[in-house]
Amino acid sequence: MGIVFHLAWRNLWRNRRRTWLTAGAIAFSTILLVLWVPIQFGAYEIMINASLAVFPGHAQIQRPGYQEKPKIRNAIDNAETLAKKLRASNQFVGVATRAQGFALLSSGTRSYGAQVVGVEPVFESGTSSIPGLVKKGRYLSGIDAQEMVIGAALARNLKIKIGDEVTLIGGGKDGSVAAAILPVVGIFESGSNELDRFFSEIPLHTFQNIFSMGHSAHAIAIVGKTVEEQDSLLTALRQETKDRNDIVILGWEQLVPGLKEGIQVDKVSGFIFYGILIAVVVFSILNTFLMSVLERTREFGLMLALGSRPKRIAMLMMLESTLLTLMGLIIGMTIGSALVYWVHIVGFAYPGMEDLAQQYNMPGLSRLYPQLDLFNFLIGPGSIFIATNIVAWIPVLRIRKLEPVEAMRTI
Amino acid sequence: MSTVTLHKVCKTFGEGKLAVHALRDIDLEVGNGDFVCLSGPSGSGKTTLLNMIGGLDRPTSGEITVANQRVDQMDKGELAEIRLRNIGFVFQAYNLIPVLSARENVEFVMQLQGIPPEIRHQKSKEILAEVGLNGMEDRKPAELSGGQQQRVAVARALVSEPALILADEPTANLDSVTAEKLVELLRHLNDEHGITFVISTHDKMVMGHARRLLKMHDGKIIDDIQQR
Repeated sequence: MGIVFHLAWRNLWRNRRRTWLTAGAIAFSTILLVLWVPIQFGAYEIMINASLAVFPGHAQIQRPGYQEKPKIRNAIDNAETLAKKLRASNQFVGVATRAQGFALLSSGTRSYGAQVVGVEPVFESGTSSIPGLVKKGRYLSGIDAQEMVIGAALARNLKIKIGDEVTLIGGGKDGSVAAAILPVVGIFESGSNELDRFFSEIPLHTFQNIFSMGHSAHAIAIVGKTVEEQDSLLTALRQETKDRNDIVILGWEQLVPGLKEGIQVDKVSGFIFYGILIAVVVFSILNTFLMSVLERTREFGLMLALGSRPKRIAMLMMLESTLLTLMGLIIGMTIGSALVYWVHIVGFAYPGMEDLAQQYNMPGLSRLYPQLDLFNFLIGPGSIFIATNIVAWIPVLRIRKLEPVEAMRTI
Repeated sequence: MSTVTLHKVCKTFGEGKLAVHALRDIDLEVGNGDFVCLSGPSGSGKTTLLNMIGGLDRPTSGEITVANQRVDQMDKGELAEIRLRNIGFVFQAYNLIPVLSARENVEFVMQLQGIPPEIRHQKSKEILAEVGLNGMEDRKPAELSGGQQQRVAVARALVSEPALILADEPTANLDSVTAEKLVELLRHLNDEHGITFVISTHDKMVMGHARRLLKMHDGKIIDDIQQR
């Protein structure tokens, strides 16, 4: 290996400028990939956290079929008791019981359909950011208080302000008419127009009384330590509810399928961009090696004349390709990992990001942090390494066809 | 015993009206330890004949035997093997690998033969000393004169202890003094090691050193002169 290695290494430096340019292209792409893939995955993490923090939580307990068809009758019996048991296990960051229905909200001459959610005010802030998003008035005061908080757009549409009363008319669980007049004590702005236009919350026991729910509710929202630990969260939930066969446990991907699909689409477009970037690098390497083979045809002819097999010359070329690629990758990975580490410490923010985070009660949104993961770190450099080694075969295949006499005549 | 035997060797380049008959029915025997010069005008077939003997090219017809092996019937791999083990080459234009030092150029062939590094190092040093390049082992070809480069090429041809060394116009790019020194070296190696040399040349000085002089014209050997 000794002389072949020396030969390969020194051949790289025959044309220093070309070698540095090629290695530089590899290094630049590697830096982009090493830095950007973890940031991209970090952004997904923030997107997921931000979306789940508003209302769904990391997981929910529901009755089978409720997620697909949210009928008021399909409710969990003694939901609060189950929620208490889960809280007592101390395995979860937040547990809150919810009852959900649809009603017509009226004020004066205006009426709008809205989702009405019965919540446990004390525990709701552990699973939802809405209590912290109340911009006017206050959040709900107690589990049986006769009051309501509504989204800003809905308040605008109904032309109501804090202290005004809203008439609520809907259908109860037992088929009776659910009706109540509740004062609005708070108006929230979630950052989602859709949510602010049709969403309202009232205390859980008030909801159960108005909608004839008894002690039942429709969902128990649960938040674990991090979204990434969902598997262990679901396992713990299954363990805690193993005596209940009337419920199902749903992870966030089932609760918000659109979010997962959106991320998948973004991942695909991201990887298309990375693919183009890798293709540019690969063509740069291919160009370097085609030039190198053309320039050294006479030398390869000499090697063949001296008794070298084409396979050995191909090995030499592959070694040169590997050394050049590794050189670019090492430079790129060193600079890239230093940048990733720096961004991991200080975070990454674009103008207005912190204001947005403050506005929507999501401190986690104020800065973006790369997701440190060995796979994210190696996927880019690994792809470049494999792709360059594959294309290096194209000039190498030319060597197989070389005849020593003809090759040595090449100028 | 013959090192090289050719029987009715023909080589034709191209076909039909464009066909060029580079060698025509060549019959030749070169004995062990001989020092043969091929002379003749450009296009007479000297280089083509050397290429045929060295397994660098294949004859259109005829039989070629080198070191008791039929070269004309060998495949690419077998030809590479016989070039590596039995034949040394010295080309007109030095033909050294530019990024390797003199020692590494010599060792390159030994590495192809699978000789361990310690032996390679020792042997290359000895051979470079023998061709008069003591102390220049670590110089790159660009740091050597034309004559010195050609001596490295001779050392590289010698190091595999071949039965035959083929030299194609080895003095063509050298001044007369350097050329004479090189030919004296070749002759010395022939005398000392008994290696068979076949050299193509235009140079009368080189021809003067030959034991046997073969004159070629239009792809044929027209004269075979034993000199001394």
